Amino acid sequence: MAKIKLKRATPHVDMTPMVDLFSLLLTFFMLTSSFRPQEAKVIDSPSSVSEKASPDKDVISVLISKDDKVFFNMDNGKDTSAHFRDQLITKINDIYKLSLGPDEIKAFAQGSSFGMPLKNVKGWLKEKDAKKKEEAQIGIPIDTLGSQYPELGIWIAYARELNPTAEVAIKGDAEADYKTVKKVMDMMQANNVNKFNLVTNLQKEEATVDDIK
Amino acid sequence: MAEIIENSGSGKKGGGRRTPKKMGAHIDMTPMVDLMCLLITFFMLTTAFSKPKVMEITMPEKDNTTDPKDAPKVDAKRTYSILLSSDDRVYWYWHGDVPEGQTFPTTINKTDFSKDGLRKILLKKNEKVFTEIFDLKEKVKKGELVLADDSLNAQIKRIKKSDKKAPIILIKADEKTKYKSIVNVVDEMAICNIANYAIVDIAPEEVALIEKAPK
Repeated sequence: MAKIKLKRATPHVDMTPMVDLFSLLLTFFMLTSSFRPQEAKVIDSPSSVSEKASPDKDVISVLISKDDKVFFNMDNGKDTSAHFRDQLITKINDIYKLSLGPDEIKAFAQGSSFGMPLKNVKGWLKEKDAKKKEEAQIGIPIDTLGSQYPELGIWIAYARELNPTAEVAIKGDAEADYKTVKKVMDMMQANNVNKFNLVTNLQKEEATVDDIK
Repeated sequence: MAEIIENSGSGKKGGGRRTPKKMGAHIDMTPMVDLMCLLITFFMLTTAFSKPKVMEITMPEKDNTTDPKDAPKVDAKRTYSILLSSDDRVYWYWHGDVPEGQTFPTTINKTDFSKDGLRKILLKKNEKVFTEIFDLKEKVKKGELVLADDSLNAQIKRIKKSDKKAPIILIKADEKTKYKSIVNVVDEMAICNIANYAIVDIAPEEVALIEKAPK
């Protein structure tokens, strides 16, 4: 009887095609990705049919969360050498005596959206613990307290002064109160901003002539 | 690719002769694959695929100095008010319905955000402009008319401006309105090609009308 030669099983799986595919995917993602900017709060914006892409440079943005907290953000402008954030915090620091050190100013300049009363800014910038840092984001006061100008108005006024050409974007949560949005818009209008970009998600919808009937 | 097939020469090795150990030409790719998996996952999760879009609105300029008498006069026959309240409630009234000598109507009509609600009303009021723009867009879509995006937009603008009877919509929202409702209404304006609309402050009388209206 002839002996049956068992084929030696090769435990090697050829991973070449898989590696090929992975490299392709990786290259694709690396080249097409634009990073999601870090935001102070998760905001679920409403949808609209507008197809205008949101401006990504030269924007002053105000974020309004579901629980009507207001956050503020300003970028460094088209030319990052303008250092608008740096200038903004230095100015606010001087005028409102926040007693920030150079390290804190640097931390602010590198950050993104934030939202806390002026008196808490130092504490927030000094905080190292990420969780506590997030908890410190309690929103910028938008109501007039006594004779004091609402703090959001201060941020807007100085941001506008530094970068008058910046566009204004309002990113509100679908569930936010219109009342809050209105207050923010009023403050903007007090600073001569009459054109707003409301950030929305694209949702195609079209009406046809048949809809009239 | 990474496999190099070596010719191992004669199959059986002779008796006690020492043969050099066969070199495994396989490169272990597992760590590389692991790393790639991780990187891909990272990029996939951090990528913002759909760039956020924006809806542009221009608010009427605040001018506290003007006398109410100097306020721009609009034809009541063309003007409609849309009133918004909590729970996505929408009401509307026609300024032509307002009794002579008064600023506010006695009742308001209820509608909703569905296709047969607010949209139908707006489309009916704006039928002329809407059909003209719709026909133009259809022509471009079918290729009967070749137009660059810019000139198409310019033509749409011209059509919007041409109709001197097109409705003027005033959007008014009360304190309890959610932001979503406002965006929805402004969005309807875009869908229905309404040329003239503005978000304005609500009057206390209109709040009272909403209170009285059926929920």
